[in-house]
Amino acid sequence: MSGVPAVSLRDATLGYGDRILWSGLNLDVERGEFVVVLGPNGSGKTSLLRVLLGLQPLTSGTVRIVGEPPGRGNRRIGYIPQQRAIDAPLRGRDLVGLGLDGHRWGTGLSRIRERRQRVDQALEDVGAVAFAKAPVAQLSGGEQQRLRVAQALVSDPEVLLCDEPLLSLDLANQRVVSSLIDRRRRSADTAVLFVTHEINPVLPLVDRVLYLVDGRFRAGRPDEVMNSETLSELYRAKIDVVRVRGQIHVVGAQSAVCEDQPHHLHEEPA
Amino acid sequence: MDKLFDWDLYGKLFALPYVQAALVAAGILGLVAGVLGPLIVSRNMAFAVHGTSELSFTGGAAALLLGADVGHGALAGAIVAALVLGLLSRRSSEHDSVIGAVLSFGLGVGVLLLWFYPGRASNKFGLLVGQIVGVDFASIALLAICGVAVLLVLLVIYRPLLFASVDPEVARARGVPVGLLAVIFAVLVGVATALGVQTVGALLVLALMITPAASAARVTASPLRATALAVIFAETAALGGFILSLAPGAPVSAFVTGISFLIYLVCWTVGRMRGRVSIAAPAVVTGPVVAR
Repeated sequence: MSGVPAVSLRDATLGYGDRILWSGLNLDVERGEFVVVLGPNGSGKTSLLRVLLGLQPLTSGTVRIVGEPPGRGNRRIGYIPQQRAIDAPLRGRDLVGLGLDGHRWGTGLSRIRERRQRVDQALEDVGAVAFAKAPVAQLSGGEQQRLRVAQALVSDPEVLLCDEPLLSLDLANQRVVSSLIDRRRRSADTAVLFVTHEINPVLPLVDRVLYLVDGRFRAGRPDEVMNSETLSELYRAKIDVVRVRGQIHVVGAQSAVCEDQPHHLHEEPA
Repeated sequence: MDKLFDWDLYGKLFALPYVQAALVAAGILGLVAGVLGPLIVSRNMAFAVHGTSELSFTGGAAALLLGADVGHGALAGAIVAALVLGLLSRRSSEHDSVIGAVLSFGLGVGVLLLWFYPGRASNKFGLLVGQIVGVDFASIALLAICGVAVLLVLLVIYRPLLFASVDPEVARARGVPVGLLAVIFAVLVGVATALGVQTVGALLVLALMITPAASAARVTASPLRATALAVIFAETAALGGFILSLAPGAPVSAFVTGISFLIYLVCWTVGRMRGRVSIAAPAVVTGPVVAR
């Protein structure tokens, strides 16, 4: 295994116009590491993913993904979005197939056999064979998210970027989807950057936390970041972090800390 | 009605060059419309196509008045309209109302232009409800070139376009140029719509561009199978409608839309019985009523 980090940010600053989302961000994500990105709405969690995907340039600083600057359509990156209703006429295996070669021009007829094998394998890996031929629109949210995992993994990525992949799933499906992601990083040493508003469903899997608040941030092991002192400092307000039965609850005086509000709700489903 | 089954008459009609030309035109249109249809349905563009077709009527009417070729005018009108309508955000809740506002104004302008035109009334109706037997060989050549060009471009961009159409967020994350593809697709739709305006008329383009794809979506969720079915359905409607209209000398549009809708009803029933009616199939969109 080479020593190149999967993701590397150096003195990275991102802003839109006058507004700075975060600045001076230094972060190395090693292969096989599971890093959770937390923070209130508008703290730039999703923008961080957009930077890594090459959709958004940094205002200043440098960013490297598997040793390279981010570029559009980097095949070494897999991407799992939050669950949203897919209403297009499409089967599960078509959705997964698009993850493999949907970005390519031309007909792709010469690779059709290899394509079928890889899609079959990816479907099998997430246990989606049984419903792979059904219209995606008729599947449950959990089934759709399993297909999303297969779609992201079918191209054999070295970095997995997840944007609220558990949102609107029930507890059982949250567990299924997060364990599929965890299994992948253990079996293939894939680095995982996991944006979420709720750490508890993935808490046992997390190696490190990056917590973004209002341009400030803190990175470290979950117990180093998720404590009353650190979060009070980050939020510049009195915050209590309570551990109940292995879960972490953040209790704050301000509504800005409200962890139960998922972001992105302003976006209408595609 | 007897004429509908007078095979002798059909034999004579098929020997006529203008009938052959019209069959070729209908065949090209059916193929292009069938291939584009499922993508239009996936992108929720049915109403945009309707608007495009009606605005291509405006372009044709302007060309008629200016003494230019009606086909070129329709093509120009359709491409401009498709770009404007296709590039409006699909997510915007204002999308449909913007199309409604633009297309009704465009139609009004078209009607005014026709009123200024001192020529024969049949020309006026031709743009609205189709005048396939008026297609000459020069137009066939233009039609064929446009049709082949649309299909060739689609062959190259099909996979990223499908990705961008059904799953835009992940497509963007994977580096698919979603915005550029929207522009290219809008031009393709504009060209195909203009072809449709020449044959079945502005008002009935939906019968070939949307209904076959909507029918296919009722019975399959596979993009490739949906495309194949949409082509078959569109060809059946275009060729079948034209042939049936020949003997009675009835309007082509009535038969094309009739067959198209019949296929839709059958597919809807089949999908219903299989219990896999896709919620994605769009409701049939109707534009403002236009006096014929």
